[in-house]
Amino acid sequence: MNKVPNNRAWWLVLPVFILVAFSALIPLMTVVNYSVQDIFGPGNAYYVGTEWFKEVLNDERLQDSLLRQFAFSGAVLAIQIPLGIGVALMMPKSGIKASLCLILLAIPLLIPWNVVGTIWQIFGRGDIGLFGWGLNSLGLEYNYTGDTVDAWLTVLLMDVWHWTPLVALLCYSGLRAIPEAFYQAAEIDRASKWAVFRYIQLPRLKSVLVIAVLLRFMDSFMIYTEPFVLTGGGPGSSTTFLSQTLTTMAIGQFDIGRAAAFSLIYFLIVLLVSWVFFTAITHLDKEK
Amino acid sequence: MTYSRSKGIGMTVFILLLLTPIYWLLNMSFKTNQEILSGLTLWPQNFTLANYAVIFSDSSWYSGYINSMIYVSMNMTITLLVALPAAYAFSRYKFVGDKHLFFWLLSNRMAPPAVFLLPFFQLYSSVGLFDTHIAVALAHCLFNVPLAVWILEGFMSGVPREYDEMAYIDGYSFPRFFVKIFLPMIRSGIGVAAFFAFMFSWVELLLARTLTSVDAQPIGAIMTRTVGASGIDWGVLAAAGVLTIIPGVLVVWFVRNHIAKGFALGRV
Repeated sequence: MNKVPNNRAWWLVLPVFILVAFSALIPLMTVVNYSVQDIFGPGNAYYVGTEWFKEVLNDERLQDSLLRQFAFSGAVLAIQIPLGIGVALMMPKSGIKASLCLILLAIPLLIPWNVVGTIWQIFGRGDIGLFGWGLNSLGLEYNYTGDTVDAWLTVLLMDVWHWTPLVALLCYSGLRAIPEAFYQAAEIDRASKWAVFRYIQLPRLKSVLVIAVLLRFMDSFMIYTEPFVLTGGGPGSSTTFLSQTLTTMAIGQFDIGRAAAFSLIYFLIVLLVSWVFFTAITHLDKEK
Repeated sequence: MTYSRSKGIGMTVFILLLLTPIYWLLNMSFKTNQEILSGLTLWPQNFTLANYAVIFSDSSWYSGYINSMIYVSMNMTITLLVALPAAYAFSRYKFVGDKHLFFWLLSNRMAPPAVFLLPFFQLYSSVGLFDTHIAVALAHCLFNVPLAVWILEGFMSGVPREYDEMAYIDGYSFPRFFVKIFLPMIRSGIGVAAFFAFMFSWVELLLARTLTSVDAQPIGAIMTRTVGASGIDWGVLAAAGVLTIIPGVLVVWFVRNHIAKGFALGRV
C-alpha cells in the first residue's frame, strides 16, 4: 500500500513509545549501568569498565549453558518445523472437523508454562505417570530425574508437545491462502504429490515459516519455566538453560554486575541470530 | 486434492497424542491421593471432587485465579488501547523513523524476560507498584504491545485506504471514522490481538511471580505450595492445573474462526 508521508502520525505512536520506553528502555539502561560497575551496596559501587564482560565470556559454566541452549534450540527447530508442516498438511480443509482440529491444537499453547511443566512432571513419573510407567513396563530404563539423557529427551518431548501446534497452525493458515486454481493446474500437469508440495505448497509457506522459525527460535532460546518445573535444571546441570543460569545469578546469588553483563550478551545473541536469519531470507528473495 | 483417509487417521493420532498428557492430569484431579499413589488406574475408581473443593473453599487458593484474571484483563485493555492507534499510524503513514521504531518495538519481543527481571523488580519497587496487578500488566506489555502492533498492522493494511478517504469526504471526523467505521472492519484482527495478549499474559510466570508477593500473586506461584512436609499433594496440584486450562479453552472458542489467520499474525 502506498503510504502518505505525515509526521503528525507520531502522535498516534506516542503512547506505545512511552509505554515501551517505560517497560523496556529504562530497565535496559539499568542493566547497562550495572554491567560496568561492581556493586557492594547502596552508594558503594565502583566503575569497572568491561571487566564483567571479559569474566562472563570466559566463564565455563556460562559457556556450557550456552552450548546446551544452542543444542536445545537447534533440536527444537529440527523436529518442530517438519512435524508442524506435516500436521498442517494432514488437517481437514474446512467444516466442523477443521474447527475442532484448530481448537484442540491450540489447547497446549494456552496452558500456563508452569502447568506444562507440572503435566509432564506427573506424566513422566515411573510410579504415577502413564508415560514413565508405560516405558518402564516395556522394559526400558527411564527416569527423567536421575538420568541425563532421559531428562533431555523429556524436556525436548515436552517442548515438541507444547509448541508443534503453533508451527502447525501457522502453516495451516499459509496453506489455506493458496488458491484452488494452483492445485487444478497441477492436476492437469499430472504433478506428483511431492511436486505439488515442493513447487506449490512449500514456496507459498515461506512467509509463515519465517515467522514460525523466528518465534520458535526466540522462545526456545528464552525457555525457563517448563524445564525449571520439570527437572529443576538437573540432573546436575544437564538441563540448565541460559535463562535459568541468569535467574540464579541475578536473584539467587545477587551477583548483579556479572548478571547484567551476561544479560546484555544474551540479548545480543538472540538479536544477532534473528537478524542474520531474517536478512538471509530477505536476501534470497531479492536474488530470485 | 481430496481429503484422504490416511490423512484423517494421521491427524486423529496426533490429536490423541496431544491430548493424552492433558487427560492424565484431568484423570488425576478426580482421584484421591491414596488412589494416585497406590497404583496406576486409567480412570478414577473412586471419583471425587474433593481436590476441587479444596481450591474453591480456600480464599488463598482461588484468589490466585482472580489475581491472574485481573492482571490479564488489565494487560489486554492497555495493550489494545495503545496498539490500535500505533498500528493505524504504521499501516497508513510514512513518518520520520517509522521503520526503525517498528523494528525496535519488535526487538522487545526478542528480549528474554530473565534479562529484565532485576531491573523490573527495582523499577516497580521504587515507584511503589510492587505487588500490584498493574505492575504485572505493565511488565507484560513488554512483549504483548509489540506483538499486538504487528498483528493489527497486518490486518489494517488489508483495508484499502479508499475507505478512509470516503469517510472523510462524507464528513466524518477522524475519531468518529475510527470508532464507527474502521474498528468494526478489523474486528477479527482486534479479536486475534486480544487473544494473543490474553495468551502470553496468562501463560507467563517468571515476571508475574517476581513482581508480586502476596496481594497480587498469580495462580502459578500459589500452585507451588502443594509441595508440603508430607510430600506433594498430587490431587490438588492436578485440580489446580486443570482449572488453569479452562479459561484458555473458553477464549479459543470465541476466536476459532479467525485463529488460523491470526496465528500467521494477519500476514497471509
